[in-house]
Amino acid sequence: MANTDTAAQQDVTTPAGTPTAQRAGRLGPPAWFALVFLLPALVFLGAYMVYPILFSVYRSLWDASGTEFVGLANYVEMFTDPSTFVALRNNVIWVVVAPTVVTVAGLVFAVLTERMRWATAFKIVVFMPMAISFLASGVIFRLVYEQDPDRGVANAVLTTVHDTFVPSAAFPTARPREGVGLTEEPNGAVALSEQVSPGDGPLLLPMVGVADDELPAGATTAELPQSTAQGISGVVWLDFTRGGTGRNGVIDTTESGMPGMRVQAVRDDEVVASVRTDDNGTFTFAGLQEGSYTVQLAAANFTEPYQGVTWLGPTLVTPAIIGAYLWVWAGFAMVLVAAGLSSIPREALEAARVDGATEWQVFRRVTVPLLSPVLLVVFVTLMIYVLKIFDLVFIIAPGSVQADANVLALEMWRVSFGGGNDQGMGSALAVFLLVLVVPAMIFQVRRFRREN
Amino acid sequence: MSTREEAAPVQSHSPSAKTTPAAMGEGAPPRSVAARIVGRIGSGLMQFALIVIGVFWLVPTLGLFIASLRSPADNSASGWWTVFTQPSQLTLRNYAQLLSNDSFVASFWNTIAITVPSTVIIVVIASLAAYALAWLEFPGRDWLFLAVVAMLVVPLQIALIPIARLYGSLGIFGSITGVVLFHVGYGLPFAIFLLRNFFAAIPRDLLEAARMDGGREFTVFRRVILPLGGPAIASLTIFQFLWVWNDLLVALVFAGADTQPMTKALQSQMRQFGANIDVLASGAFLSLVIPLLVFFAFQRYFVQGLTAGAVK
Repeated sequence: MANTDTAAQQDVTTPAGTPTAQRAGRLGPPAWFALVFLLPALVFLGAYMVYPILFSVYRSLWDASGTEFVGLANYVEMFTDPSTFVALRNNVIWVVVAPTVVTVAGLVFAVLTERMRWATAFKIVVFMPMAISFLASGVIFRLVYEQDPDRGVANAVLTTVHDTFVPSAAFPTARPREGVGLTEEPNGAVALSEQVSPGDGPLLLPMVGVADDELPAGATTAELPQSTAQGISGVVWLDFTRGGTGRNGVIDTTESGMPGMRVQAVRDDEVVASVRTDDNGTFTFAGLQEGSYTVQLAAANFTEPYQGVTWLGPTLVTPAIIGAYLWVWAGFAMVLVAAGLSSIPREALEAARVDGATEWQVFRRVTVPLLSPVLLVVFVTLMIYVLKIFDLVFIIAPGSVQADANVLALEMWRVSFGGGNDQGMGSALAVFLLVLVVPAMIFQVRRFRREN
Repeated sequence: MSTREEAAPVQSHSPSAKTTPAAMGEGAPPRSVAARIVGRIGSGLMQFALIVIGVFWLVPTLGLFIASLRSPADNSASGWWTVFTQPSQLTLRNYAQLLSNDSFVASFWNTIAITVPSTVIIVVIASLAAYALAWLEFPGRDWLFLAVVAMLVVPLQIALIPIARLYGSLGIFGSITGVVLFHVGYGLPFAIFLLRNFFAAIPRDLLEAARMDGGREFTVFRRVILPLGGPAIASLTIFQFLWVWNDLLVALVFAGADTQPMTKALQSQMRQFGANIDVLASGAFLSLVIPLLVFFAFQRYFVQGLTAGAVK
């Protein structure tokens, strides 16, 4: 490979350098002969590239059915219609965010793997999604992003992590027994209606709405605690006896305490003490100052368990799909950057290290600047791909949020084939997409001419 | 020329990556014990980070694979990871059902009937054109090639409406032929670009010698260019194969109900994602098995084609 490479460069430069000498003695067929080789390609390029561009521009100036000339009306509508505007906005987000994220990930992965022994295995794993269709990737990520944490792995991980740091509520369904002096506060807490002071008799906080099998394994029969002179004590229990023989608001013999309930003593709207109930449901606030307190069961006891994130809801759907895009394309960026990385002269890095630069400084001041041409190529390439992103959005966004996840290429399909049947607008969107890639086209052509 | 410069290091990369640690060890100045411990910890952290990232990249595909091996009832009741505690959930029923589903099997054959011809046609047409652009002299050659470079980035969307109309009047809308020809037309700029760059790198002496021997142009093409251009043609074949195999949009617009490839057949099931998870998971997995096999078998050519196509 390396040999042919240098040969190629000599070759390309020689004819330009000494045209007459080379041309005069050149062998080969007359010019018209090239047409034989080129003809099939020219027919296809004419039919699938040149003709469509011309026709689309022309068609975009006509109305939906193509019977009435409307001038630039389709283009005006494109920027004023709310649904195309959402598509436009999302496309901007995509084009700015996705190439950046993917390029950075590629850079990080390439640098991390550079000196690893099993780098090849890692690269294969990250690169593999490139071979898979967007449809399959879409199905894969629909599964990942399932809302129910029992089914979607993303939310399963999130809820597990969340519950590790913030234990989930023990009794989300519990509610106070009615008519015994307990009220539900607007913030979700359950409070005793009457204020109490240290030394008052044991408090009764009967609860209902919890099934027997939802009680923690350690729960024992509820007991009435001793009253204490300086403190406030009480019991939280499940005021329910199977068979209906229990009395409301009274601790019957078989009724169970509710362990782990967070009980708070509140004074002047401020929580001054907080304890958890024992296995038999009892709790005691010791050492409270004189005065009257409201005793309440904290709202956290009753909040619904954390259900993870609505990935595919209207607000997060675009970032979620960009995440899937990163999964597909990071390997591409990584491989290109790694190729660039391996062509950086070792001496440059070593020299910086010998001069006492830290690894970060080497990365920041030497590696990245030397890589910048490669990074630019990766970035621009991704921009071109992202601009016309269609499949992933079409597959991952559920029908109900497709309008929120809309992008130009998807809108173009929807308008002209997916039911809209407005080929004037569809052509205008296609022409607009073409106009958007013109800067990339110029970048590409100039880069090519410079290098030749 | 840059494309080959980019492609070349990729090929030689894995060996150089392997030799790097040793070279680093020899070349690095002697370091203190403390520095070495810090280095060890740093490299340990890096390895850990890589493992975590690797898991992130593997888990989604693993999830699809396991979901495809669970009954619809299990899939709607619990997550795929529960198979690790209840392996009895695993079943091949989804696949058995899918393979006895005539319309899915038909879509599999459609995918092949679309992918194989379009790959063959594009390789033939593009190598002829690339040879002309690289080695035949004719007026306007450079401009024509620059036009091809510019066409690399033309979005496919621009051709959908015009070609749909054209196909309508030719009577091939909804036919396999129409889909195949569209793929050829839209894939040509990249194919010509890739091959032309590679062909141009073939040493002039070899061609001149063949021509001197009185070889006719087609003979030179067949005897010199095609064998030497083998790697590039392999790259193009694989790349084009995967591109067409994985396509959804072209099929969505141009394929009919009985000519649709797997991607379109599966897409039509997406509307009831939860209810069709058995078909979708197993079908999606079947549809990605062949690309993955191609990828593993011809990895280097695939990477080469991809890097050469940067800024498509």
